[in-house]
Amino acid sequence: MAKLPVSLTINGDEHDLLIEPRKTLLAVLRDTIGLTGTKEGCSTGDCGACTVIVDGKAVTSCMVLGVTASGKEITTIEGLASDGELHPVQQAFINTGGYQCGFCTPGFIMASKALIDENPDRTEEEFRHALGGNICRCTGYTKILEAVLKAAEEIRTTT
Amino acid sequence: MKSFEFFEPTTLAEASRLFAEEHAQLLAGGTDLVIGMKALTETPQSVISLQKIPGLAGITTETDNSISIGATTKVREVELSADIQQHHTALAEGAAEIGSIQIRNLATIGGNIAHASPAADTVAGLLVADAQVDIASADGERTVPINELFTGPGQTVLTPGEIITRFRLPSPASGSHYIKHKIREVMDLAFIGVAAAVNLDNGTITDARIGLAAVAPTPIRATEAEDLLKGNAPTPALLEQAGEAAAAASSPISDLRCSAEHRREMVDVLTRQTLQQALERASG
Repeated sequence: MAKLPVSLTINGDEHDLLIEPRKTLLAVLRDTIGLTGTKEGCSTGDCGACTVIVDGKAVTSCMVLGVTASGKEITTIEGLASDGELHPVQQAFINTGGYQCGFCTPGFIMASKALIDENPDRTEEEFRHALGGNICRCTGYTKILEAVLKAAEEIRTTT
Repeated sequence: MKSFEFFEPTTLAEASRLFAEEHAQLLAGGTDLVIGMKALTETPQSVISLQKIPGLAGITTETDNSISIGATTKVREVELSADIQQHHTALAEGAAEIGSIQIRNLATIGGNIAHASPAADTVAGLLVADAQVDIASADGERTVPINELFTGPGQTVLTPGEIITRFRLPSPASGSHYIKHKIREVMDLAFIGVAAAVNLDNGTITDARIGLAAVAPTPIRATEAEDLLKGNAPTPALLEQAGEAAAAASSPISDLRCSAEHRREMVDVLTRQTLQQALERASG
């Protein structure tokens, strides 16, 4: 099938690509662009490992056709750090040990960043509920939640 | 995923013409279709995206508090809309029950309804809102009440080329509520969904609507239960009768997730609980 021209802004860089309509945004990011920080877990939208931020909203990129993301701004885990400084959410995951094998971590960090951007004042219970679309098969949820709460607190107090 | 031809029409007429062809599928949020295409349960030859058609997304509220919701409005937007939370609480609560935030940022209310799952989380809220469904095709437009839209699991009255464009909700009831019976807090399908909307006047129920999901081949209104309530004061005995009438209106199946007997019993229980909450909101 014919490839279609697609223009994506990924982590601030513009990419003009020719892609097959059946390629998901996740496949475009990983295979076409080479940004393998975003992970493929279940590939059915259940695990959240593939979470990226599209036009400010966290989405499961395994459910998005790449061609429908044309013209949109996409942020992946590779785009969070700036000037050599990790994003506060990334730093909080490191400081609290909010990861074990690390496979779910990029998805958790992207989902958490979007939640904190939207409203950093959520309670622990609200963050727990709002992160229900991300699964950690190592079951390291306690430290993940601790990291998210610390990051939210830091972002609240510094902005 | 099999290959397909991708279209991004900018008018409804063009989308309808393409969708009238054989083996064509509409793409709104993609949360059902893309997963289905990966699993090869969906193998369309053409996929028609709705996202470039102007005017299909968004929520507008009129001065009489009637609300119009465009078909490609994200369910996350329905969930967070202050007007829908206030006037159609059951619908906002139902939208908030779908998948995860990441999925609700993609999924659309039109897709949730057009997919015609008897367990769709927005359907009970739309039923008790008495939603009118606007449908467009190359031949023109028509409107179908939501309770006449479904004909079976995954089946609707929509004919080839017809596209849902918006849901119009008339003036709201004074209190409504939705309960989803489920195991997981999020990312679960409803065993049962029950919505109720009521109007109260001086302690008398002047209007009552009950919508049931996942307990019959299509979502249904429990009209006998509604008739029992209208014109009466909401006593515990009356709510019990309404619960029993709603359970009698259901025709659930047994499946991996729970038995028909459990579903029918829970329709009774949940209808009473949902009504109680809707009545509290109506009097508050």
